[in-house]
Amino acid sequence: MKSHVWRPLYIVLGVIVLVMLAKAILVPKDFGIGERGYMYGWHRKGNEADWKAVKVKYKTMDYCKECHQDKYDDLRQSPHAAIQCENCHGPALDHPDDPPTLTIDRHRDLCIRCHARLPYNGSGRGAIRGITPETHHPEAECVLCHYPHNPKLEAKR
Amino acid sequence: MIDRRDFCKKALLIAGGMAIPLSALELFDPKRLLAEKNDPSPTRWAFLVDTHKCVGCGFCVKACKIENEIPYDANVTRTWVERYIVARDGKTYIDSPKGGRDGFTTPKIDQGVEHQTEVRNEDIEKAFFVPKLCNQCDNPPCVQVCPVGATYQTADGVVLVDRSWCIGCGYCIMGCPYGVRFFHPVYHVAEKCNFCYHRISKGMKTACVDACPFGARRIGNLKNPNDPVTKVIMTERVGVLKEEYGTKPQVFYVGLSREVK
Repeated sequence: MKSHVWRPLYIVLGVIVLVMLAKAILVPKDFGIGERGYMYGWHRKGNEADWKAVKVKYKTMDYCKECHQDKYDDLRQSPHAAIQCENCHGPALDHPDDPPTLTIDRHRDLCIRCHARLPYNGSGRGAIRGITPETHHPEAECVLCHYPHNPKLEAKR
Repeated sequence: MIDRRDFCKKALLIAGGMAIPLSALELFDPKRLLAEKNDPSPTRWAFLVDTHKCVGCGFCVKACKIENEIPYDANVTRTWVERYIVARDGKTYIDSPKGGRDGFTTPKIDQGVEHQTEVRNEDIEKAFFVPKLCNQCDNPPCVQVCPVGATYQTADGVVLVDRSWCIGCGYCIMGCPYGVRFFHPVYHVAEKCNFCYHRISKGMKTACVDACPFGARRIGNLKNPNDPVTKVIMTERVGVLKEEYGTKPQVFYVGLSREVK
């Protein structure tokens, strides 16, 4: 064949080789179809491990009770038994190593999440004993009178 | 003129020739054989939301944002809680201030910037809360539209986003019929609920499930017939969101109402 046919063909072949090279270098080795096939499974396999390696911050009540058995017992016998320690005290992270202390949040905002009265019939909210935050001692922290670990008990101070 | 013998021969040949490629596709697809013989994954995660039990405390949203490192004050969240108030005059009010992160503490309904409205208690026909999160669809439209393979479905059915691979085109954010995707304010890539993949793969529950004091949120394995969540989904009256889209959501709701979309 004549060279005016071959010359552009060489360029095309060169481009193809370049693309293949770039693909070999740039695309990670573990990229491919996963278990879910071409439509939904096309991905880099290593990313699954990346997501699994995310740090767990909320360690749940079972972690807290290892040291704070007294508070845990208080809570378990109270109407607040189902509330996780970390809901109010924040995530345990690596406490007691890091952070050494968790913030004790005594703010009213925590309590009125459930106890601001909203008489909604389609929700369990209507059955929770509630207050109107604007009129129910708006200046005071709830924990001045109510013991949060067991609100049925008298205030501890 | 074709004789009978020739006709039979050719007919058989053509019929056989046409059948071979079809049967090759049908019978020798290794993926399908594998799926039928030994399922590659013993788990298929599913979520159950009981809207009767949700009281709108928002602890789930708070826990989710911290657990999954979504900037706390940014106006984006992987999960959120909606309040529905249906008034006697037929109007439906829906709000979700800050995604319900700080709970619902006032009867005032958030209607956008600096605008609030209130329905008197005696005018409320029905009112309830609906937690929302990624439906981890069996047919995820967000995965179909991704041009680079950055979002995908794992063997156990969870849709994940590869942060190092996402180019930030935003197709998936537009493609999701449930509006659960957003741009992560720090990483500038698509972000979504992944059922706390780092927790469920360690045998824990998701952060929102653990944080919910009322049992309104539960997670379970659909492939385990003895799983309490699976039992509810199989035997009780549950619904899914936007079923008509054919996305096959894996988040099931107890007590859905027609106002909830």
